[in-house]
Amino acid sequence: MGGHAEVRPFFFILSIFYCGIASSRTIHVGAGRTYKNIRTALAISADGDTVLVDAGHYKEQSLVITKRIILKGVQYPVLDGEKKFEIIAVRANGVVIDGFRIVHSGISSMEDLSGIKIYDRKNVVIKNNILEDTFFGIYTQNGSNCIIQNNQITAFAKEEQQSGNGIHCWKSDSMQIIGNSISGHRDGIYFEFVTNSVIWRNLSSKNLRYGLHFMFSHNDSYIANYFSNNGAGVSVMYSHGVKMLGNVFEENWGDGAYGLLLKEITDSYIEGNSFVKNTSGIYMEGASRITMQRNLFKDNGWAMKIQASCMEISVSSNNFISNTFDVGTNGTLVLNTFDNNYWDKYDGYDLNRDNVGDVPYRPVSMYSMIVEKNPPAMLLFRSFLASLLDRTEKMIPSLTPERLKDNKPMMKKIF
Amino acid sequence: MITASNISKKFGKLKALDDISLTCNKGECIALIGPNGSGKTTLIKSILGMVVPDSGTIKFNGANILHSWQYRSQIGYMPQIGRYPDNMSIGDVFDMMKDIRGPQNVLDEELIHLFGLKEQMKKKMRTLSGGTRQKVSAALAFLFDPEVLVLDEPTAGLDPVASEMLKEKIIAQKRKGKLVMITSHVLSELDELVTQVIYMQEGNLQFHKTIDELHAETGENKLSKAIANVMLKTSHEKNH
Amino acid sequence: MRKIIKYVVSDILQNRIVLVYTAFLLVTAFSVFSLEDNNSKGLLSLLNITLLIVPLVSIIFSAIYIYNSAEFMELLVSQPLKRKTIWLSLFTGLAVSLSISFLIGIGIPILLFQPNKIGLIMLGTGILLTSAFVAVAMLAVVKTRDKAKGIGVAILLWLYFSILFDGIVLFMLFQFADYPLEKAMIAVTAFNPIDLSRILILLQMDVSAMMGYTGAVFKDFFGTVTGMLTSMIVLLLWSALPVWLSTRRFIKKDL
Repeated sequence: MGGHAEVRPFFFILSIFYCGIASSRTIHVGAGRTYKNIRTALAISADGDTVLVDAGHYKEQSLVITKRIILKGVQYPVLDGEKKFEIIAVRANGVVIDGFRIVHSGISSMEDLSGIKIYDRKNVVIKNNILEDTFFGIYTQNGSNCIIQNNQITAFAKEEQQSGNGIHCWKSDSMQIIGNSISGHRDGIYFEFVTNSVIWRNLSSKNLRYGLHFMFSHNDSYIANYFSNNGAGVSVMYSHGVKMLGNVFEENWGDGAYGLLLKEITDSYIEGNSFVKNTSGIYMEGASRITMQRNLFKDNGWAMKIQASCMEISVSSNNFISNTFDVGTNGTLVLNTFDNNYWDKYDGYDLNRDNVGDVPYRPVSMYSMIVEKNPPAMLLFRSFLASLLDRTEKMIPSLTPERLKDNKPMMKKIF
Repeated sequence: MITASNISKKFGKLKALDDISLTCNKGECIALIGPNGSGKTTLIKSILGMVVPDSGTIKFNGANILHSWQYRSQIGYMPQIGRYPDNMSIGDVFDMMKDIRGPQNVLDEELIHLFGLKEQMKKKMRTLSGGTRQKVSAALAFLFDPEVLVLDEPTAGLDPVASEMLKEKIIAQKRKGKLVMITSHVLSELDELVTQVIYMQEGNLQFHKTIDELHAETGENKLSKAIANVMLKTSHEKNH
Repeated sequence: MRKIIKYVVSDILQNRIVLVYTAFLLVTAFSVFSLEDNNSKGLLSLLNITLLIVPLVSIIFSAIYIYNSAEFMELLVSQPLKRKTIWLSLFTGLAVSLSISFLIGIGIPILLFQPNKIGLIMLGTGILLTSAFVAVAMLAVVKTRDKAKGIGVAILLWLYFSILFDGIVLFMLFQFADYPLEKAMIAVTAFNPIDLSRILILLQMDVSAMMGYTGAVFKDFFGTVTGMLTSMIVLLLWSALPVWLSTRRFIKKDL
């Protein structure tokens, strides 16, 4: 008797599950199907249904998804917003959008018209879509636990005002942004008030402003992404608990372009990244308690610019190779530590052969100090005077911060 | 042939030439003599157009030489110190001068042969002794058979044999009716050469006389003695 | 005129200092290109050498050469030649032969390692710089009779254009830090052929992005065809003007 009582709830759960499967249907949409357009299919669909869309060109104005369905394209059917509409609005939990080519959303300076927009929902999955010429690409507001994966997002605007962001998340939590490639937008990936999220293996290049831009977004991880050739690089502001691992920041040349801009960032961790060919590899302002290790800084104008407002930055075991200037700073107060880095400009010696140089290395050159104070002095870049100043300063330091030095410079590349 | 009238030249405070007038004619061989700094070289340079007088005019065959350069094709000049670009060979120097003067000239290469320069044509100027360089200078001055020869201390640095050859050459030119101007310290050398003497001191032309006049005045046959005699006289006159 | 130039050029090209200069440029250029793993980095290092050594050798060698040719020039003046011809021949001879040795010393390595627009611009400015500093040397020499003094003046001029000028610019930049000086600086660079050449070449390289706002303003000017032409003309003026002034002086000069 007792045993029977225990079995009954199990059956109950099973029967609900069974009913779920029994009631879920697959609705086909296409020229030769019952439903010629997606709008009508959506109207008759119920939670759990799959709407399967054949290849074709669909002008549906705005699609609003209010049920927990799987919307799946077969061979990339085109959803055309005719430069007027927001193409898909997700207003249900657990929706999956998979395999569409979404083109020509409207452009508006009042609303953030998007290719796909998630409104206050959770567990939404947007994957394998191609977005072209959308104002905003994939937009999440108040989302949580959503996955945005393997989408290709391309825009063609020439000016920032004409363009929104590729992947835009606002007030969201536990997001997963994985394997997308974004180019030509204002910002490739944009986070504002987004927490506990991961950005992994994305490719963000040739965006007008930032490859990645986030503010007030705490405890997020950025892993193995590739940011190159963006107007101003990557910008990270007003956040704490940021973890950046194994990313590549490359080819951000230009006035005010940075590989990585850190502003008011605390308690963060930057490891194993490569900063190559940027005007400034990392620019830090008001940052504190940041650990930077095993990063590569190569061929940058400035490998690192640390403003005097930064403190407790620990820079250790990094490689600095053929940068024009290694470190630039604007003040004399130094509350940061440099240890065990490899600097290719180091010309000290190692008598006891422990692979650690016996005299400290000063990564700040006098000329970089002058330029920091007076930017037009860049006019004298690579002049004889500039190199003369640097040489004298090396012998008798006066202008450069006394305490900004690596006491244990490595004799060989660390990795 | 050359007429200078009232030429003056100052270098700073130093009066190098002070109101000098003179006339030199064909067939004459004129010795320009005087102590160091008396203005001999300045006078020569003025005639050659290297120094432009502050005032006065110099005429060459009746034409003012100021701003003119063509007249110099009729002058052969041998400088006191001959220095040439280090890496030119003797041959280069002659070739260049021939290029400058143009092909129409009749060349007088007698001195080149006499001095044995033909065999040294490939030698670089910097490897040459001072004497050899003087030989080159002398040969250059006579090369184009010019109407006027201006020789600045021609025998200084030359060995006696070469010196003698040069003198013969000068006499020969004089006989041909050329005008020869020579400056020299060594008066004894000029004895057989000159027909006239110009004596300069502190930028002034003290006298310009023919050799015969000098002899008549002083009764001395040697030029050096004759000059000394004249100098004594003039200084006497000044003192009185 | 060509008659003299030919001989002057051949004389200078055989000069020991010029041979050493050519060899030095050649050796440095090759070692720079083979040491730097990146050719455009090599070009940057070469730029520093060019901007320092080329003016130095051009100005001092020319000064010494002209002083040493004093007697030779007297001899030339005694020939049926215009003084202008002699002076211009001497200038051309110096400029041509030093340019030839620059072209051999820097040109060959550049053509081998960096045969592109930047390399060509660098060769062009190098030749213009050579010619400008020969011209400046001639002006200095014609104005100073004494050899030791004249060579001293030449060295000072080189110091002025290589360092002092930039020092003054830096000083002015700090004095007037509150004013937007970028545009004015374009005009200022015209007064120093070395700075002008340096900026012209730097703006062709991608390091120009580092020059920040200043660089952007400069690129707006020097990056355009008009700007390039203007600065080339200014560089040419740096040859033409001193040559013209010195010729005027030389015509009247007492030798």
